[in-house]
Amino acid sequence: MHKQIITSLLLLAAGSVQAVEYNQLQAAQSALTFGYKQMGVPLTGKFNKFSAQLAFDPAKPAYARAHFDVVLASIDTGSTDADEEVAGRQWFNAKTYPLATFVSSGVTALGGNRYQATGKLSIKGRTMDVTAPVTFQADGNRGVFDGSFNIKRLAYAIGEGEWTDVSTVADEIQIKFHLVVLAAPK
Amino acid sequence: MKPLYPFPHLNPLPHAGEDTNDRYTNFTLTNTYTRTARALHWLIALLIFTVFPLGLYMHDLKLSPAKLQLYSYHKWIGMIILLLTIIRLLWRITHRPPALSLPRFEQIASSAVHHLLYVLMLAVPLTGWLMSSAKGFPTVLFGILPLPDLLTKDKVLGQTLENVHASLNYLLLLLVTVHIAAALKHHFIDRDDVLARMLPKGNNHA
Repeated sequence: MHKQIITSLLLLAAGSVQAVEYNQLQAAQSALTFGYKQMGVPLTGKFNKFSAQLAFDPAKPAYARAHFDVVLASIDTGSTDADEEVAGRQWFNAKTYPLATFVSSGVTALGGNRYQATGKLSIKGRTMDVTAPVTFQADGNRGVFDGSFNIKRLAYAIGEGEWTDVSTVADEIQIKFHLVVLAAPK
Repeated sequence: MKPLYPFPHLNPLPHAGEDTNDRYTNFTLTNTYTRTARALHWLIALLIFTVFPLGLYMHDLKLSPAKLQLYSYHKWIGMIILLLTIIRLLWRITHRPPALSLPRFEQIASSAVHHLLYVLMLAVPLTGWLMSSAKGFPTVLFGILPLPDLLTKDKVLGQTLENVHASLNYLLLLLVTVHIAAALKHHFIDRDDVLARMLPKGNNHA
């Protein structure tokens, strides 16, 4: 009888360890950056404000889900002029479309600490499918996701009018994310 | 007692101790800068007269693809000037300019202005390169050849360097004005060969 109780308690404990879920984004320790080419010059920038609701259990990647909101006006290109320009109508039109949103549709384990996340990215009223390879490193209840994917800015009408000239600002934009997420009991 | 001439280098009469062979050699054969020195002088002059107004003009433009293009051209021209100036200094060190006798004051003034011009032809593009680095906008020559970033990104330092770059440019403008005024004074008032020896025409040696 006692043995049975102890065994079931142990199983419960083991089960709860298995079910550890990383779901609390630590925005201050995380980073959302982007890279692009301007006149052949590789440049980088970042978004200072973003939030996420997410849930990831390394044991059950298929059940992982994520919803990101990025405040487009929080962009930091390294130049105040460019920050104002990019928030404007021809670029993000951040007054009408303040947020970029990513909603995951699936996560596949690729072996080891590698995963592949797919989902829909919406910017400026346009939605496209994106796929990003992601690595996940857990250290106790602290998990770190790193990944990147490329988008074509013109597919989202980011940079209209004279800015559609991709010989000045390239079409391809690389988005990189480094997310620190804490685990909380379910 | 030898007669006093205001411009000894134009004095047709040899003075005591002068080697007249040298003197006439200088006048007939080597009274101009070498062809290389003259080419470098006028090429750099042309580039400076392009890049300086370009810098003034582009700075106040509203952000546009054209502005980004002009910034790139400005940076490329600046880097070409830096490279040509280094070549020019090496040439200058290894090739003596034609002999010239000037009154003491003019000698000092000319030497000071020339030294400062060389310093600025190096310092102006260098501070431009440094400010670009500090502002996080690397320089990629012709859009294909990345130059090393001399500094890490630092907004405050970038702004300071922009101010230094601008100040040095105005100093350069002042010195170029003095330089041109002096050349014209020599040519039209003194009627000597100071300007002529740097003109594109002349003895085509080296």
